[in-house]
Amino acid sequence: MDKLIYMDNAATTRVAKQVLDSMLPYFTEYYGNPSSAYTFAGRIADDVLKARGRIAEMIGAKEREILFTGGGSESDNWAIKGVADALKDKGNHIITTKIEHHAVLHTCEFLEKHGYEVTYLNVDRNGSVDLNELENAITDRTILISIMFANNEIGTIEPVKEIGEIAHKHGVYFHTDAVQAFGHVPINVDELNIDLMSTSAHKINGPKGIGFLYIRSGIKISNLIHGGAQEYSKRAGTTNAASIIGFAKAAELAAKNMDETIKYESSLRDRLIKRVTEEIPYSIVNGDLEKRLSNNANFCFRFIEGESLLILLDQNGICASSGSACTSGSLDPSHVLLAIGLPHEIAHGSVRLTISNETTIEDIDYTVDTLKRIIDRLRSMSPLYEDFVKKNREASK
Amino acid sequence: MSQVTEYSSKVMDHFSNPRNVGEIEDPSGVGTVGNAKCGDIMRMYLDIDENHVVRDAKFKTFGCGAAIATSSMATEHVKGKTVEEALKVTNKAVMEALDGLPPVTVLCSLLAEEAIHAALWDYATKNGITIDGLKPPVNDINETEEFYQTQG
Repeated sequence: MDKLIYMDNAATTRVAKQVLDSMLPYFTEYYGNPSSAYTFAGRIADDVLKARGRIAEMIGAKEREILFTGGGSESDNWAIKGVADALKDKGNHIITTKIEHHAVLHTCEFLEKHGYEVTYLNVDRNGSVDLNELENAITDRTILISIMFANNEIGTIEPVKEIGEIAHKHGVYFHTDAVQAFGHVPINVDELNIDLMSTSAHKINGPKGIGFLYIRSGIKISNLIHGGAQEYSKRAGTTNAASIIGFAKAAELAAKNMDETIKYESSLRDRLIKRVTEEIPYSIVNGDLEKRLSNNANFCFRFIEGESLLILLDQNGICASSGSACTSGSLDPSHVLLAIGLPHEIAHGSVRLTISNETTIEDIDYTVDTLKRIIDRLRSMSPLYEDFVKKNREASK
Repeated sequence: MSQVTEYSSKVMDHFSNPRNVGEIEDPSGVGTVGNAKCGDIMRMYLDIDENHVVRDAKFKTFGCGAAIATSSMATEHVKGKTVEEALKVTNKAVMEALDGLPPVTVLCSLLAEEAIHAALWDYATKNGITIDGLKPPVNDINETEEFYQTQG
């Protein structure tokens, strides 16, 4: 298989050449432990501090508010478990949504087993939370609101600023999982009323296994990873200098090219959505068409199942993902697609295509042309399609 | 999880080049089984001759790679068999013929046996005969029409 059309950039991205180059010296030349006393290590600590500063500046934060972690999942775990523990005398109620990433959902479920109460907010057909429902859910026991910045499956961007306003009006902390949003949309933590924010490097052409949790100064939070005094004594573990340097480089490139990337990706995404919905019958776009990540397109194709679609796309060199049960490793299709009101059978026939600034118009057209062929084929094998066609034929008689 | 790399080459073969896809006009028996929630629906058509031998079998399946490969293999297994023999085709036999399935998709394969039984049941009912050991099928599709009605 020669052709490779990578349409799964929400899963992970290619490490940019400049990012890799920035990291390499820290493996073999500047390999010292930044916590050590000698000059050889101190220089690395300085580089890490500069990297921290560049990232902080990008989101309008202070250096000390950027705490590097092992990635998005750890950041989510830390934010939620850390606040839950630190504020356990104040309350035991957490508000989140039904469409969060499992790093948030499963953390909340874990806390429920330990005496915490969690409200899982509904979302509308487009995946947006209802601000009234949010405000009504707040009680005097509420300690944390955790709502994602942008959804990883359907790309919908939540009303983060308004959510933060409501949280602060009631004296509740606001955490946002911004793994899909950081580096993709402009974020200023003060303007958006964010207290805690999870991010990950590998979604923005950085390395895997590194992320940060933004923690606003003054926020009460317990540590998750105990041990050494790294990360201002908040997160133990030998400083991952190479990855931090790479992350900062990736963030810098993302910030520098953001406007251009959004413009470019949006035009490709819109072409993809337009062609698919116009040329493939019985297809639906999931997610908000306006408040949406520029790299995300998510479709449901009636009468077919997502995993078989993915295999056929793969055989044509296209990497995509699906919310079908067989790809999620459970019996249920995507919790996000169910939460926006899709029936199981339709949710099973979903495909997510996430592009990057490397995607070309030819890639988009090839993908659409391939989808058309594959969907025709799978429908010709589908008993649901057969029934549908027969029913229509009956009705038109 | 990457299922593509977990599927055996036989599964991939039967998925990529499924045998006996389609419909049979005026079939001797047809059965549809499955569950929309689980994401697999299998329909099997049987053409059975006067000696109760399965002359032809066709299928249509909505489902994952494992479900489609299983359907394809199941039709191959019942062809040329008497109805009594066809009734004895098990999921296990179909799965073994495919060199196994990834654990998460094993459930998808259970439909093969059910689909054969449902088609045989239809045949038996139409012809007023009893096949020893054959039970009536259970069918539980469809929440979708409701969704489209409410969406307008």
